Amino acid sequence: MIELAQRAAAAALAAGADDAEAYASETVGREIRAHGGQVESLTAATQRGIGVRAWIGGRAGYAFGTDLAEAGLAAIAAAAAEAARIVDEDEFAGPPSPGGEPPPMELSDPSVAAWSTARVADLALAVERAALATDPRIAGVEQAVYFDSADRVAIASSAGVAGEFEASSCCAYLQALAEGDGGRETGLGFGLARGPAGLDPAAIGREGAERATAMIGAGKPVSRSCPVVLDSVVAASFAGLIGKALGADAVQRGRSPFADRLGAEVAATALALHDDGLDPGGPDSSPFDGEGVPRRRTALIEAGRLRTYLYDTYTARRGGGASTGNAGRGSYRSQPAVSTSNLVVAPGSLGFEELLAEAGEGVCVTDVVGLHSGVNPVSGVFSVGASGRAIRGGELAEPLREFTIASDLVSMLRAVRAAGAVARWVPFGGSVSTPPLLIGEMTVSGS
Amino acid sequence: MSGAGGLIGPAAAERVLTRALASGGDFAEVFAERRNGFTLAIDESRIESVQSGAEEGAGVRVLSGGTTYFAHVDGLDPADLERATAEAAAALRGGRAEPRPLQAVATAPQPIEQRPEDVPAERKAELLRELDERGRAEGGEIAQLSASYGEIRRQVTVANSDGLFAGDDRTRVRLGARAVARRGDAVETGAETLGAHRGFELLDDDPAAIAAAAARKALTLLDAGPAPAGSMPVVVGGGFGGVLFHEMTGHGLEADHVQKGASVYTGKLGKQVAQPLLSAYDDGRLPGEWGTDAIDDEGTPTQKTLVIEDGRLASFLYDRLRAERDGVAPTGNGRRESFRHLPIPRMTNTYIAPGETEPEAMIAAVKKGFYAVSFAGGQVDPATGDFVFGVSEGYLIEAGRVTRPCRGATLIGNCLDALAAIDAVGDDFEMKTGYCGKSGQKVPVGTGQGHIRIGTMTVGGTEV
Repeated sequence: MIELAQRAAAAALAAGADDAEAYASETVGREIRAHGGQVESLTAATQRGIGVRAWIGGRAGYAFGTDLAEAGLAAIAAAAAEAARIVDEDEFAGPPSPGGEPPPMELSDPSVAAWSTARVADLALAVERAALATDPRIAGVEQAVYFDSADRVAIASSAGVAGEFEASSCCAYLQALAEGDGGRETGLGFGLARGPAGLDPAAIGREGAERATAMIGAGKPVSRSCPVVLDSVVAASFAGLIGKALGADAVQRGRSPFADRLGAEVAATALALHDDGLDPGGPDSSPFDGEGVPRRRTALIEAGRLRTYLYDTYTARRGGGASTGNAGRGSYRSQPAVSTSNLVVAPGSLGFEELLAEAGEGVCVTDVVGLHSGVNPVSGVFSVGASGRAIRGGELAEPLREFTIASDLVSMLRAVRAAGAVARWVPFGGSVSTPPLLIGEMTVSGS
Repeated sequence: MSGAGGLIGPAAAERVLTRALASGGDFAEVFAERRNGFTLAIDESRIESVQSGAEEGAGVRVLSGGTTYFAHVDGLDPADLERATAEAAAALRGGRAEPRPLQAVATAPQPIEQRPEDVPAERKAELLRELDERGRAEGGEIAQLSASYGEIRRQVTVANSDGLFAGDDRTRVRLGARAVARRGDAVETGAETLGAHRGFELLDDDPAAIAAAAARKALTLLDAGPAPAGSMPVVVGGGFGGVLFHEMTGHGLEADHVQKGASVYTGKLGKQVAQPLLSAYDDGRLPGEWGTDAIDDEGTPTQKTLVIEDGRLASFLYDRLRAERDGVAPTGNGRRESFRHLPIPRMTNTYIAPGETEPEAMIAAVKKGFYAVSFAGGQVDPATGDFVFGVSEGYLIEAGRVTRPCRGATLIGNCLDALAAIDAVGDDFEMKTGYCGKSGQKVPVGTGQGHIRIGTMTVGGTEV
């Protein structure tokens, strides 16, 4: 496949580009949706295509396509060069330089290929059964889903970048439905691994069931300002927002609450955050990023201070530094852009019960909705819908729903009083590993 | 004009369907698509992110018993189609079934006056420069302006074992502007969009006005105070305010949720779910609208469906599969983001029909409340009906008057309660464009309404 990428890059040079880079990928995936003890749908997916960046002077253009025959490659390459001609000159634009040799990484799990479709379908069904067996109040499962993918990626450029890797991943999740007290509640359970052999269907089903039944009879909390515990899933969503705001692109364009705060105190010392594209347990690990720059570990917030932003090649040149290997790329259909790889919030020392005891009287948030609409990405001010449990006398008490929590990202980071001891990988907000967090004070709006 | 054909001919489609049913199955379908898109943006007064895409591919679906078998591939070569067909049929073990002979159905794609791909890219860049200037001209406090232009053409052909062979040719153009206003430490954003299932002619009439509108929204918010918190009457603005109805009611009407008991409207057909002053439609045929198509992505002609009639729940929204289960006719709501996705029931253009109250009178009757003009987005859990909306432009109502802008407000509630609490529907009306996400699929939808008033609702702000 690297050869295909090289041919596409060469075609762009032939079309008049000064420099060119091609990113080729092939993804083979499956998805199984189960409901009511039956396989509802079974999907086999093959995707392959190429994306070409062409530079003419300080101007970069992009084109992608699925036609990988010679004529197709030539058309994509020509479209990329054509796109470059429309763009305005930018002194910082240019092809990434080849980095050092990336470390060898084993990112493929043989069980993705070894497990038949019937076997992974059984796994999805087992997730549903586990939820139903957990509690008689589980009325059903909206859907139990398993999906996996095996990816091959190759990247080549006229500047000498040449790399290739393979990776696999899978996920199973469900949305359990609980009934009681004349109401209905949903609960999410999920698991992530590089292959189906790494998933525990019983644990996934049980988590969804427990989250749903815990919410039966939920009422609204009284509006007030109080300590708030965010569970790992919710903390991950917020960490994802913070990771996005730490991207140099948002910062340089003045669209981040962290702009001009390098070296400043932006968080309580209880919170430490880093990005690590090489983390062996990280779902989004890879030897190099979406433009071929080697991945690495980057400390973002240490001892409460902001250490650095995340950079791709363009923002690094603009900021006068080096890329941190954070050019993200969803597929050949998108051009690289600054993004987190695996974002890691450092665990603290308190167990979950100790966190609740430390909170005393407050709210434990187990779900948030409206993160995309309820957060001002520029100022970091947010107000999002939430549900969870009351904390009374340092213990979990009655379930709560239909309330909002409001603050701003920096104030929230500064108010972190403690981090839990046990972290978990969560696929929301990117790929994030985080323990539960105790926030000293936040506005809760209910009745 | 027939939109069918072009991508794969009837003979090739018949081969796929025959092969797909060779090991059994009740129904087979092939959906072929060619997607051509072009986007560009302006930021920091510089044209950037110019991108074009050309994709082809197909999705093959076989239904057998209660299971859907689906496979998709990039590419439309015979080998690609063969691969998708073989993978879709791989798990089937029954006896051969025969597809019916294909009969081409004439469709009427939306007319496009000026094909956007015929307009030079420089002209599109100029347009964005105009937006940049217009937005910045609104005042020195406009710190940033970004805008984007996007065009996409989707040519689709769908054939199934019931003998259907139909096609559509869809062209959409959309322009968006986003402004950031800054005064000291206060930073606010404002956004506006313009889009349609039309060609470049959409942009004939002063499109740059949206940049000025986005800038004015951001400037207005600079004067905003904290949003109130608590329960109060809420007046929702027309146009983009329709997102509220889309989220809190529309999704619950989609038949897949309903049939699983995962909708609050399960079992409520024919029941009173709103006050008699409210009627609502889903209409996939509104000429030129963003959510309009000639056929849905299963080949069913789109239609105008009355979903709420004088407060009574009148119809759900169906694709083929769910319509068959309920023994009703599909409503033309089987949509998919692309050939890489299965069709599921989705809204097209969904709106509350105009009522009889003047917006001013609606506000005048509120002692203390909240005026939500537009939303940054929203989310609903169809099973519980719980929803939340981020308000991008909102104001306080005091003694029947709109007094000051508020920042950071959220509306939160339950859709059954909130729909029933709508006690006034405005005599104004406006449609807006959006992208709706469901099961990982994004499709273009139109949302619309005039002003409405919700008797009581929770506003989540920071002012306790």
